[in-house]
Amino acid sequence: MSILIDETTRVIVQGFTGDKATFHAKEMIAYGTRVVGGVTPGKGGQRHLDRPVFHTVKDAVTATGAEASLVFVPPPYAADALMEAADAGLRLVCIISDGIPSQDMMRVKRYLRRYPREKRTTIVGPNCAGIISAGKAMLGIMPRHIYIRGNVGVVSRSGTLGYEAGAQMKALGIGITTSVGIGGDPINGSSFLDHLMLFEQDPETKAVVMIGEIGGPQESEAAKWVKDNMTKPVVGYVAGLTAPKGRRMGHAGAIISAEGDSAAEKAEIMKSYGLYVAPSAAELGSTVGRALAKAG
Amino acid sequence: MDIHEYQAKELLSGFGVLVPPGGVAYSPEQAVYVATELGGWHWAIKAQIHAGGRGKAGGIKLCRTYAEVAAAAKAMLGSTLITHQTGPGGKVVHRLYVEKAEPYVRAMYLGFVLDRKIERIRIIASAEGGVEIEEIAQSRPRSLLQQQVDPAVGLQAFQARELAFGMGLNIKQVSQAVTTIMGCYRAFRDLDATMVEINPLVVTKDDRVLALDAKMSFDDNAMFRRPKVTEMRDAAEEDPRETQAAEFGLNYVGLTGDIGCIINGAGLAMATMDMIKHAGGEPANFLDVGGGASPERVAAAFNLVLSDRNVKAILVNIFAGINRCDWVAQGVVQAAKDLAVPLVVRLAGTNVEEGRRIIAECGLPIISAETLAEAAHKAVAAARGEEVK
Repeated sequence: MSILIDETTRVIVQGFTGDKATFHAKEMIAYGTRVVGGVTPGKGGQRHLDRPVFHTVKDAVTATGAEASLVFVPPPYAADALMEAADAGLRLVCIISDGIPSQDMMRVKRYLRRYPREKRTTIVGPNCAGIISAGKAMLGIMPRHIYIRGNVGVVSRSGTLGYEAGAQMKALGIGITTSVGIGGDPINGSSFLDHLMLFEQDPETKAVVMIGEIGGPQESEAAKWVKDNMTKPVVGYVAGLTAPKGRRMGHAGAIISAEGDSAAEKAEIMKSYGLYVAPSAAELGSTVGRALAKAG
Repeated sequence: MDIHEYQAKELLSGFGVLVPPGGVAYSPEQAVYVATELGGWHWAIKAQIHAGGRGKAGGIKLCRTYAEVAAAAKAMLGSTLITHQTGPGGKVVHRLYVEKAEPYVRAMYLGFVLDRKIERIRIIASAEGGVEIEEIAQSRPRSLLQQQVDPAVGLQAFQARELAFGMGLNIKQVSQAVTTIMGCYRAFRDLDATMVEINPLVVTKDDRVLALDAKMSFDDNAMFRRPKVTEMRDAAEEDPRETQAAEFGLNYVGLTGDIGCIINGAGLAMATMDMIKHAGGEPANFLDVGGGASPERVAAAFNLVLSDRNVKAILVNIFAGINRCDWVAQGVVQAAKDLAVPLVVRLAGTNVEEGRRIIAECGLPIISAETLAEAAHKAVAAARGEEVK
């Protein structure tokens, strides 16, 4: 098992015919992802990468039975693409694009609440590296060779730190079920908590790594949930110990502006809720090793 | 992105928020001219910097004569203001705002933020203004009034009324306060703000509700559709290196250490800085070269990092996803040709073997590292002047 995607998931790409989308769609197909088509308004009826192109997401869903999409749409049109995907009934939408206005994401999140919880689309991202279920499918832009199949779930705000965790674990012979990038923006489609809940239910996942950073209340909320509800060991890490207050560190969401936003505070909260906190980013793999050993 | 008080007032008044009349001045002569034009007999001379706490730091002066206006303007222009928000270096005053002073009978607080926790706009108001909202929140949390805006329908008038009555205003003042609150909200929504703060919001003797101060911050990601706001950017308020970085699509934040960092990905950049600290060193900067680290971008990154005189060693840490290590390595080798400080390079990810080969065979004294920990330790040692291989 894995979470969110596997080799049977039918995937479409929104913004399919663009250069970046084409490059990454090829990578996804090479990894074994079941890419069944794509959407580019105005190019419906054409074929791209030997797959059909549709004008609208609804057309694509009707024709291909797609359940998930990867969105490669420029920031000004991203919110529209996400709402279109949700309205077409996709179960999962992963958005890589960086630079989406916060108020657009705010409206998207509000829009999703039109649908009952069991029918509501899960959005992963924006500003993220995507999702990979090792050896099964990839809905994103990660270097696929750094992951081996195993039993650890990874959920990370940062793309490159997610890679770092995957590579360190691989070096120790530890594999992953699924790695999810929730993205570095202030308002994420889905949170640490959303994915921890899925990992908790996934029988194959034995432990989870959660890689956070400065800014926002998400890590602390997730850590509390871990303490109250999670039966599997969780390794935590928070980047940004050296980040000064009030300065945005690259990611739109990486800024210490309120109490509880700093890396030290978040790491302390994780510890107090019983997570295994990696002392540095160089010890992500080894800390997972310790957590797994303890879990038996 | 931040703007000045006078710019925020200009924007807000366009949305129906009442502000005292005023004008900008870049010299004492202009300040006097503005005061003359405004008329009256009391003026507030306000230093325009992107930081709060100006009053306590001497950045706001009340003047009664033109001579006082000229003297205050002369003293403020070119001076460095240090407030609790500027950092120890302070900020140099280049512009003044001359405003007709309005005697008031009450000072209140009104703030709007994009709240990450609830993913909505949150409005905070208090019957007591003029002091920091953090202070009010700590000492008298019960005096805080709050409203959340449902993005599907926007702020409703009843919510603004609840706030206005909650602040203890009389019926005549309430309708004005509602106009102010609704106006601030529309400005927030329509201009893609992340913060609007009116502190203090005052009531005058003749029952007018006025924004005596105004602060606005904006969502950088939305500025592509807000040209009017973008024009208000004041480069003098920003670190020139950060402005330069943005032109190359780089993200740079200057810090006080001596190890220059060039990294891809914001998370990895922060984690690498933390590793440097862990290894006993101090990072000189945060720098994310982003997804497509072309040779031009890498060269620009080296220039930026080296423009900081404190840098004694450089650490390049690239985990290539969209990037290819061989491509990054070529850029690094080109940029490192005339380098005067030691350089530690750690490559991982796509095409790593080829990338490492290019570094190893380039004939330059580049120090290679395979892991994050090794890279940080080597950079710290190199910055101390130790021999590193």
